[in-house]
Amino acid sequence: MINLTIDNRKVAVEEGSTILEAAKSVGINIPTLCYLKDINVIGACRICLVDVKGARTFIPSCVAPVSEGMVVNTHTPNLIKARKLVLELILSDHPMECLTCKRNGNCELQKLAEEFGLSEIRFEGAKTEYPIDDSSPALIRDPRKCILCRRCISVCTNIQSVQALTVENRGFNSLVAPAFNEKLANMECVQCGQCSLVCPTGAIVEQDDTDKVWAALADPKKHVVVQTAPATRVQIGETIGAEPGTIATGQMVAGLRSLGFDKVFDTDFSADLTILEEGNELLQRVTTGGVLPMITSCSPGWIKFIEHFYPDLLPHLSTCKSPQQMFGALAKTYYAQKEGIDPKDIYSVSIMPCTAKKYECQRPEMFSSGYQDVDVVLTTRELGRMFKQSGMSMTNLPEEEYDAPLGISTGAGELFGASGGVMEAALRTVYEVVTGKELEDINFTACRGITGVKEATVNVGDLPVSVAITNGLGNARKVLDKIRAGEAGYHFIEVMCCPGGCIGGGGSPIPTNLDVRLKRIDAVYTEDERMVLRKSHQNPAVQDLYAEFLEKPLGHKSHELLHTHYTERDHYPKEEC
Amino acid sequence: MVACTCGCGEDELTKQLDKVIDEYRGQPSGLIQVLTKAQNLIGYLPLWVQTRIAKGLGVSLQEVYGVVTFYAFFSLIPRGRHKIAVCAGTACYVKGSKTVLKTLREVLGVKEGQTTPDSRFTVEVVRCIGACGLAPAMIIDGKDVHGRLEPEQIPGILEQYA
Ligand code: SF4
Ligand code: SF4
Ligand code: SF4
Ligand code: FES
Ligand code: FES
Repeated sequence: MINLTIDNRKVAVEEGSTILEAAKSVGINIPTLCYLKDINVIGACRICLVDVKGARTFIPSCVAPVSEGMVVNTHTPNLIKARKLVLELILSDHPMECLTCKRNGNCELQKLAEEFGLSEIRFEGAKTEYPIDDSSPALIRDPRKCILCRRCISVCTNIQSVQALTVENRGFNSLVAPAFNEKLANMECVQCGQCSLVCPTGAIVEQDDTDKVWAALADPKKHVVVQTAPATRVQIGETIGAEPGTIATGQMVAGLRSLGFDKVFDTDFSADLTILEEGNELLQRVTTGGVLPMITSCSPGWIKFIEHFYPDLLPHLSTCKSPQQMFGALAKTYYAQKEGIDPKDIYSVSIMPCTAKKYECQRPEMFSSGYQDVDVVLTTRELGRMFKQSGMSMTNLPEEEYDAPLGISTGAGELFGASGGVMEAALRTVYEVVTGKELEDINFTACRGITGVKEATVNVGDLPVSVAITNGLGNARKVLDKIRAGEAGYHFIEVMCCPGGCIGGGGSPIPTNLDVRLKRIDAVYTEDERMVLRKSHQNPAVQDLYAEFLEKPLGHKSHELLHTHYTERDHYPKEEC
Repeated sequence: MVACTCGCGEDELTKQLDKVIDEYRGQPSGLIQVLTKAQNLIGYLPLWVQTRIAKGLGVSLQEVYGVVTFYAFFSLIPRGRHKIAVCAGTACYVKGSKTVLKTLREVLGVKEGQTTPDSRFTVEVVRCIGACGLAPAMIIDGKDVHGRLEPEQIPGILEQYA
């Protein structure tokens, strides 16, 4: 242990801790901007300066380690001045557009300016002018609002191992962008939106599609249906200030209904359906000598990643569409027929914790109903925005139920929201279908948790099924390299693009950090336990769907509507001759 | 030597570039060496060269581009035989570096950051070159300081450089 004094208080912390961490351990908050715990620790912005007795200059506390007997002050008058100066310098090259900014009210820079009570900027700096990049269906980059903290680069490079962004040039000309300031849509960016989660300002934000939804809701000719992803019910509360981990399923359903959606359905339903298709696909591959290990295909950022970086492994991907797209294809076929609605009049909206879903619904493979299967995707953040715009107080709404039939689901479908959940749901069903026996304990706890790579072996009858589960693309890479090297003896692998799974997706409420992720994960399992049915094959609406329409898993109709194929993509700009 | 700018691998220059890359194929740590050699070979580092290097070493294009734009030594544009660095330090700015640039533009037809089509000159703007007493000043090829510049002198100065 190292003993030091911070603001006249004695502090003991472990060796190797930073001054920032030591201060935090006794409840002293030092402001930070570029710092992001475990992800971006580079000491670039200098807002976290502290006064260390005997040191010649102020020291950035986020990178400075503690030492024995150190005497630290965190808010002398000179420090406050120095921090104000740092802020003023940042703001001298910042567009003051808070009122029209997506991060208004939830911006770290704005918050600091408010806390420091800045009333004027003494520097009339030249402003860097860069065009806004809205080429991507998922994200908008506005480099003018970028404060060069590099958090996005760290997340994209170190956590996702994509490295679609870099710092270009030096000094005043520095710019965070893809190489050659190329448009994001033309690059290997997988649209995961993790950069938008960590950006302290409005320099990277989601594409806002709420106007399209408002227009559809106002159109009397449109039958507007909505599906909500498993993770959204454990996130939406945060958009109105509820504690992370709050479950707001019933309120969200009620809220959606009062926004004017004609039917409020659930992606948990098509998650159950995915388990039946994917579980059978796995069994088929195992029994007929198909390509193994089979890898899940629910996560569109992950799909784009493997298409760019490991196209040789595409045959390992399950051919199943994601639950969102299965739902989309069925809403405009099965549901349309059942209700006697012309599919061209159906407007299909989905609420997702994900920015990559915005990209997925526009992929050319996703028009199986003869129309764009899912018309528009809103992130959890955008739904929160719609609720605010409508002046509705979600907390005061009575809980309501999803509509039948596409809103009926089991706890297994809900598990899709957390890393390991697809695997657990699949194991529950595969075990019972193969053995014909009921599981004694349906909780596969080895699948759960936020560890980057999880492994387990489950005996399904006499067959030991070996599985791996990864979250975050950097972790996926580890397992993919094993497959390439011929060292992966798994049968089935679950990959979720974002750390922690969908509950940590790029469209989640901000902030999303480790603590928040863990609380949302707990909420997912609580929600599973609250359900009467907890195994996908018991979902009565899915059973009806097969009886009335699809006939059987992997059948002809399934292949047409619920399965897809993948495209090899280069991850360098095209070289044309 | 004429370079096919697409990097299809057919032309002589691309083959030579590939030889440079081959030494470090699959080795991200060789990036700076490869970039240096590639720049010596080709004179500058356009998109197709950077892409080829990124692929060859197994790094992302962002990694390559970040390095190229960080070091002043690397250039994204073809460099002329002679480099004109116009000082835009405070003293020179006050004494009229803008006029110097404007004259260069009129005489050579290129702006700062550009190279003349005959590859004779590249024009750049730099910070104080330590010749404030001679403001406004420019320095050619990193050694010849020309100071107290009047627009009408400039064509004569340029004639000294073939
Ligand atoms: S990024 Fe923050 S400070 Fe900048 S305009 Fe947006 S809200 Fe305001
Ligand atoms: S969306 Fe994901 S892949 Fe694209 S730049 Fe952001 S973090 Fe990187
Ligand atoms: S885009 Fe956002 S996260 Fe990235 S460097 Fe700029 S301010 Fe930081
Ligand atoms: S937060 Fe410490 S330097 Fe940026
Ligand atoms: S300002 Fe031009 S030489 Fe110093």
